[in-house]
Amino acid sequence: MPTNVVMEALSPTMEEGRLVEWKKQEGEAVAVGDVLAEVETDKAVMELVARTGGTLLKQVVAAGATVPVSQVVAVIGQPGEAVAEAQATEPAPGRNHPVSMPPAAPAEAESKRLPSRPAPAGNGAPAAAGAGGRVKASPLARRMAAERGIDLGAITGSGPEGRVIARDLERAPAAPAPMPAGPVGPPFSEVPLTQIRKTIARRLTQSIGPIPTFYLTTEADMERAWEARDALVNGGPGGSGAERQKVSFNDIIIKAVALALRQHPACNAWWQDDRIRYWNEVHIGMAVAIAEGLITPVIRHADRKSLREIAAESSDLAARARERRLGPEEYTGATFSISNLGMLDIDEFTAVINPPEAGILAVGRIAPRPVALDGAVAVRRRMRLTMSCDHRVIDGATGARFLQTLTAMLENPLAMVW
Amino acid sequence: MPTLTYRDALNQALREEMQRDPEVFLMGEEVGVYQGAYKVSRGLLEEFGPMRVVDTPITELGFAGVGVGAAMVGLRPVIEFMTWNFALLAIDQLVNSAAKMRYMSGGQVGVPAVFRGPGGAALQLGAQHSQAFESYYAHIPGLMVVAPATPADAKGLLKSAIRDDNPIVFIEGEMLYNLKGEVPEGEHLVPLGSADVKRAGDHVTIVCHSKTVAVALKAAEQLAAEGTEADVVDLRTIRPLDAGTILESVTRTHRCVVAEEGWPFAGVGAQVVDTIQREAFDALDAPILRVTGADVPMPYNKHLERAAKVDPARVIAAVKQVMYLD
Repeated sequence: MPTNVVMEALSPTMEEGRLVEWKKQEGEAVAVGDVLAEVETDKAVMELVARTGGTLLKQVVAAGATVPVSQVVAVIGQPGEAVAEAQATEPAPGRNHPVSMPPAAPAEAESKRLPSRPAPAGNGAPAAAGAGGRVKASPLARRMAAERGIDLGAITGSGPEGRVIARDLERAPAAPAPMPAGPVGPPFSEVPLTQIRKTIARRLTQSIGPIPTFYLTTEADMERAWEARDALVNGGPGGSGAERQKVSFNDIIIKAVALALRQHPACNAWWQDDRIRYWNEVHIGMAVAIAEGLITPVIRHADRKSLREIAAESSDLAARARERRLGPEEYTGATFSISNLGMLDIDEFTAVINPPEAGILAVGRIAPRPVALDGAVAVRRRMRLTMSCDHRVIDGATGARFLQTLTAMLENPLAMVW
Repeated sequence: MPTLTYRDALNQALREEMQRDPEVFLMGEEVGVYQGAYKVSRGLLEEFGPMRVVDTPITELGFAGVGVGAAMVGLRPVIEFMTWNFALLAIDQLVNSAAKMRYMSGGQVGVPAVFRGPGGAALQLGAQHSQAFESYYAHIPGLMVVAPATPADAKGLLKSAIRDDNPIVFIEGEMLYNLKGEVPEGEHLVPLGSADVKRAGDHVTIVCHSKTVAVALKAAEQLAAEGTEADVVDLRTIRPLDAGTILESVTRTHRCVVAEEGWPFAGVGAQVVDTIQREAFDALDAPILRVTGADVPMPYNKHLERAAKVDPARVIAAVKQVMYLD
């Protein structure tokens, strides 16, 4: 019996996809895992892969067409098998839709076909992002992921029903170096809203929109950070010049923000409507301008990575972001974000919060400015930081203390390795 | 090294052990004058005489009991069942006497007997004569169960079994008697309780024994042509099970298929799977699959019989499934 191929939800927020290019033509043999087509989602160009083997009997939609998630785009079956017109055109309601809908009671024929179809968890989105439940993974894959510090939820499983198996980890993008062993705890804790927080939230939302944002601005002296980067780039130990030059101020800022967040968990949080989720892990989103707009790839566990690791990862993520080759697991799940327009000569600006995160830091350029120093005017390299805070989560003093710590780190970079 | 049939390798083991130890004797239906229904005892009556090569009436329960009694008083009987299908009549002696005597006598009386004969299906012998009973006996504490797959193992294991002080169920393959292979001369002993890797590979483990070893090797050959290298583990002894060899292989390959001739429910493979999932859970990348005889009385019809048996194609299909290749 022919099997329908539907437009899959390839990102957590995808509702429709543009079929950029067919990679398999009608009549061509298809194996499980083969790339059928390239699909442009709201975030990136992704691959639509075959979940069943056979022959591509029909391309139901033409290249260039934009198709809602769950609609049939192709039919796979045995050579010569007839493709019922109804089968080829009727969208499969509900299935693979990113928003979890109650599944329609499966007809007898439907349920018989089920084994050849992916379950929602296996629809190409990362295992965790699919059904939102437990990640299906083989015991070996779990062990490998634990040993290599890879988040299983960020891996797309190629086994039955989206099971993550060993080969998926072998294919996974170069994993970051294993995390330093530390106490393993839950990734976050959630606190129900207290009455005062509820009142703050309600009143402020009425006042200035759904995310009541306020802004805190400060200025950091960047002389020592400048020297530190200069030392790393030109005189640092080991590595070639090319490697050292990859350390940017942005990398230093990411590291400093991550470490400061660890000291101020109140700023490392998500607004969850009736609760606040305080993250025990620090995942920093970094806004990257791309031709089509903006995307925020995520440096996971930034607080536990070395500057060298952050530098390598951020340049890789930024490069692939510009090529629109990021997987959805690479641009979701940040606990705090940073937007930097310093390289475009902006002194200071305010960034828009990316919900459900509670804060974002806008970073201006490093510029020589006259400042009062020990009773005299001196010219120092200075950088302005503006933090946008969701007042339902972060109060003024809370954000201010975070910025104090951050500024102290930037002004004394050695503190970051302390 | 001489090439012998499985039948002649067993014959050699019997002859050598009877020459070595005057307490060893052979007893069963047609083992003497007729020289064995499958000619395993060819020439033994002539060489050792009617006191040591004893023809019995068609009385499985009776002569199995005589064997247990003889072993209890110090002889080393080798009791031949014409097939293990007929040994169902004698199972009380094996389970209730042979297996329990050492335990129930507080260690005073052992039963150093070997019960041997062909098991499994041959060709079109019908449902009552086409059965693999390894798991029946392996279930019983106090019995050891051996099932050699090659002429060399047949000789080496039978010699070790005759010398062992425990009651041993020695199940030969009816379809293996004509199988030829190199067999070391003289003192060739294969230790009981030790599996053997018949073919080395790193991609998948195929656990098998007796007749399914040849099936697994054929499957492995075809798989190798497609780039999948299988580690073929021949259990040789079902009980005690050589968990070490199985686990060494599976922790290397991360995938396992267990093949056996018998029925699936509570079969030998079920015990193998239990051992692996318990001891090597974190090594597994896929559920362990079993390939067994069909869960039906063996059909007499030739085509149905073929369909009910384990064959290389079914082993290959299972391997591809655990490799996520299909």
